[in-house]
Amino acid sequence: MTGLRFFASPRFWRGALPALSLTFVLLGVFWLQPRAMSYFGLNLLFNLAIPIALATIAQMFVIAVNDLDLSIGSFVSLVACIGATWLQETPLLGIAALLGCIAVYACLGALIYIRQLPSIVVTLGMSFVWSGCAVLLLPTPGGSAPDWIRTLVTYKPPYVPMPLIAAAALALIVHFALMRTSWGVLMRGVGGNEKAITRAGWSVLKLKMTMYALTAVFGILAGLTLVGLATSADANIALRYTLLSIAGVILGGGEFVGGRISPIGAVLGAMTLTLTASFLSFLRISPDWQIGAQGAVLIIVLALRAVVNRMEARR
Amino acid sequence: MTPIGAFMRQHPWSWSFLAAFLTWAATAAYISGTGGLALASTALSFSTFFVMVGIGQMFVITLGPGNVDLSIPSTITLSAVVSMMVMGGSDAMILTGFLAAIAVGLLVGLFNYGLIRVLSIPPIIATMSSSFLIQSSAIALGRGVKIKPPETLEWISTAKVAGVPILSLCVIALAVVMAVVLNRTVYGRSVTAFGQNTRAARLAGVPIERIRYLTYSLSAVMAAVCGVFLAGFSGGSSLNMGEEYLLASIAVVVIGGSSIAGGNSNVPGVFGAALFLFLLVAMLNTFGAAAGLRLILTGLIIVGVVTFAGGRRESR
Amino acid sequence: MTTETAGPLISLDGIQKVFGAVQALSGVDLKIHAGECLGLVGHNGAGKSTLMNILAGTLEASDGNLAVAGDELGKGYSVQDAGRLGIRCVFQELSLCPNLSVAENTRIIHPVLKGFGWQKRAGALIMEQLDLVFPGHGISPNDIVGDLTISKRQMVEIARAFTVTDTNIRLVILDEPTSSLDARVADQLLDYVGRVTRQGISVVLISHLLGEILQVSNKISVMKDGRVVAFKDAADFDRVSLVEAMGSTVVAGAAPRRDQNATTSAGEERIHMRPAGQPDDQSIRAREGEVIGFAGLAGQGQTQALLSIFEGHGVLPSGAQASGCCFIAGDRQVDGVLPLWSIRKNIGVSSLKRLRSGVLIQNEREQELADAWKERIGIRAPDVEAPILSLSGGNQQKVLFARALGSAADIVLMDDPMRGVDVGTKNEVYAIIRQEASQGRTFLWYTTEMEELDYCDRVYVFRDGVVSETLSGGDITEENLLQASFKQVSGAA
Repeated sequence: MTGLRFFASPRFWRGALPALSLTFVLLGVFWLQPRAMSYFGLNLLFNLAIPIALATIAQMFVIAVNDLDLSIGSFVSLVACIGATWLQETPLLGIAALLGCIAVYACLGALIYIRQLPSIVVTLGMSFVWSGCAVLLLPTPGGSAPDWIRTLVTYKPPYVPMPLIAAAALALIVHFALMRTSWGVLMRGVGGNEKAITRAGWSVLKLKMTMYALTAVFGILAGLTLVGLATSADANIALRYTLLSIAGVILGGGEFVGGRISPIGAVLGAMTLTLTASFLSFLRISPDWQIGAQGAVLIIVLALRAVVNRMEARR
Repeated sequence: MTPIGAFMRQHPWSWSFLAAFLTWAATAAYISGTGGLALASTALSFSTFFVMVGIGQMFVITLGPGNVDLSIPSTITLSAVVSMMVMGGSDAMILTGFLAAIAVGLLVGLFNYGLIRVLSIPPIIATMSSSFLIQSSAIALGRGVKIKPPETLEWISTAKVAGVPILSLCVIALAVVMAVVLNRTVYGRSVTAFGQNTRAARLAGVPIERIRYLTYSLSAVMAAVCGVFLAGFSGGSSLNMGEEYLLASIAVVVIGGSSIAGGNSNVPGVFGAALFLFLLVAMLNTFGAAAGLRLILTGLIIVGVVTFAGGRRESR
Repeated sequence: MTTETAGPLISLDGIQKVFGAVQALSGVDLKIHAGECLGLVGHNGAGKSTLMNILAGTLEASDGNLAVAGDELGKGYSVQDAGRLGIRCVFQELSLCPNLSVAENTRIIHPVLKGFGWQKRAGALIMEQLDLVFPGHGISPNDIVGDLTISKRQMVEIARAFTVTDTNIRLVILDEPTSSLDARVADQLLDYVGRVTRQGISVVLISHLLGEILQVSNKISVMKDGRVVAFKDAADFDRVSLVEAMGSTVVAGAAPRRDQNATTSAGEERIHMRPAGQPDDQSIRAREGEVIGFAGLAGQGQTQALLSIFEGHGVLPSGAQASGCCFIAGDRQVDGVLPLWSIRKNIGVSSLKRLRSGVLIQNEREQELADAWKERIGIRAPDVEAPILSLSGGNQQKVLFARALGSAADIVLMDDPMRGVDVGTKNEVYAIIRQEASQGRTFLWYTTEMEELDYCDRVYVFRDGVVSETLSGGDITEENLLQASFKQVSGAA
């Protein structure tokens, strides 16, 4: 494929959409508020994007195998609660609980695969379970994040703000693991054509369990980052993440089925969603419309993608 | 097997009633005296709202895998806000307010369907995207204005005749009507065929697109009507009033014995499941269990029900 | 050539396969020697693909023995075993992951492609093979398979089957490999097959294109109705004798079954359609009371033509006024049966509007309809409330006939509806079709079975999505049909 033809190809546009959307919103913010174009401005803009980006990556692992996790929001909340209580007071118990969560997720993956259950309902049920655990652990908002987490998330490196470094690192590491390693190929293959993977002699069960376990790992990272930023937790702290994470994956160029996902896109998508919220405040539009603007961005991007896909169908 | 056992196997909805009855009996025995009747009456009141949205969600889920309406909670909120504003606390405007709520429902349904059709995206993504917009509209409209519902509406929503809430009588009537719609009308049959095998249904002459549109509209209108009564019941609209209905609307369908894979649904189960969900909470409260525990139990019951009811049918 | 004994590489002995009530394979014996290209031909449903699936380990034989290089392989022979023994298969439905790149798809079948630089190695491996098989293919290892054209996808899949890392390949099965390749690329493949067999690798080639088979095979095996009916050196066959071997050997009761009256009393024209891309002026026409056949090899666009008529293309106002079309599916489970319903509801679904009084469907009326058709078409079930899945395949098919014929539609579209239906049922249904036609219904009937065309007033033979020949009356003979079916694409000439 020659260079020029590549830039006109639907594949290029599909891949570039997330970056373009982020750039577009970011330019809007800078135009309205030039002061945001600084170390502290960027830090402020993107601080809260990191836990969302981590949750989005978590959701992406499940979407990659054609499932959906409706419990990620409550799971992240639970992790935040564990982080603000056990992990602070009795670190060993906290770590054991988090490892237990990973095991539960892996078992869910196995259950869903073996019994061919609809992931939506199973994870919906699990969202009650996670919320229940969180409420038991922390009936009223409170607790406090361990100092080491606080130090980590508030670290201010020279020149480039921490959130940008973290986002880049997250995107690149997951991109490498999933898109570049021989192991990631199998993971994505399950979403693309489960039968082909089985025919080639691999265990789809193990692959699905791994993907679910990875969802838990990134859910945990999201929860801990969030509690570090918020310093305290409550059982409902991240409920919004369920829908935001799905939106982030889709916005980032991921397809709902078929294993077509993009880790870099997902991180960009999460950042776009966070930024859209701030964009409105710079426009002096009431924060009431924040969620609406996120929805509108999502719909616009999906519409653009529909146009690209139709363009492709015509070729 | 006893005749009862055979009946229960043939009618998956009966399990939810049995479960509801057992939880009620356990609680009633614990509190003793007339408390049991009062509990039953309260359960009827509160389950009303679950049933309303549950029926709409059930029709959507009947359409088959991937069909779930995630915009129900935001539609409840928006319709509550709009209807309260239109009614403005005056009895004379109740009907107009209701019409406004229904208009909201119809618009939401059209919008959801439009997204599914025009963008060719999965319904789950479409209804999720639109829920963002709807929720925002509700927040923007309803921020800071807490309008009390008209007295008559409040009365309808809360009054009881001989301990039986009037609203729950209406909802029982609604459930009967919807059961007839599901089983005896061309529309209901078409929905059920759609969910069993969309391709086969289309080739058998079922107008697929029209059915999809009607179903998403029905779900949104049910949510909108629920919003009005919920506002009447709780003394006005609030911005997070719809929140718990996302999970609850799906949960009552699944616990009620409808197949999550589509094509096999029943209305009575939604009712039984709604009663059960409320009574379970009541029971655990009575026994002094923490709020967390009842959430965990609810969740485990949902997971247990789908695990034992089995999953997607073999595609061939 | 290897130093192994001169015995056959693969030896199949009495292989049987039963799907539910359908006997797909009834005792197949086959031997494949190292370095041999075996051509496998036969009509659709003859059991070729089933046999190859058993050989590839994706299906388990119900009975019979399978031996590779003299080693008897018992029960539980799996895909992994096949891989270890060096047996690869290119399935008709592609087994590539569309979301992965060409190199990544190569990695999936080669567990050793891992660690540092695996992408380069996988890319080089598949590129080398592609260059070898399809010089000038224009595929890059980083192309996403889903973005490639169908023919390039097929090239990737074929080349992938010939790639070697840690285990040598001994047998490659190619199931209709050229179905979406153009003539030049197909030639490249056939040329390559010739070369690899000379290197000692065996190839099984399944194809509907007899020229291909005759060109590259050493041996040819002809299958029909789940058994091998001829197995000879390729040199002993020519096109004509192959067609003969494939054809129906028994022409039961050669009496004409078409109703002579129907053609003379031709009613109003209801359908006039030209398939997209039809190169000449042939077009599909159907009148009131006619039974029209769609023939040709499987998958040449007949179903698409029926579907487009179902959507209203080419249906003339006279047909549209007459309550539209109904469709009888051949692939019952995918296109026809509503699996959770009873026989009654399955029959009633196409007539719902007529079964109402007011807004409610009258179950009694539906039951009357279902009972009447159960009687007339002979559905063998205790009563119409029985679940449809409790019926045998043939009876399920009768329910689909009852659904369509019980509706008000005047145009009945049939998509090879007799697949896997027993002879008795067929004859009952044929009689009803003629009877319904004489009462003014129009039938469009895609069939892969020669004898069913005897019931048709006119037959359109399809090839590559368009009508290649129109036969009517006495011209509808097996020879004419096979000639038209295997006719090379005339568009280029």
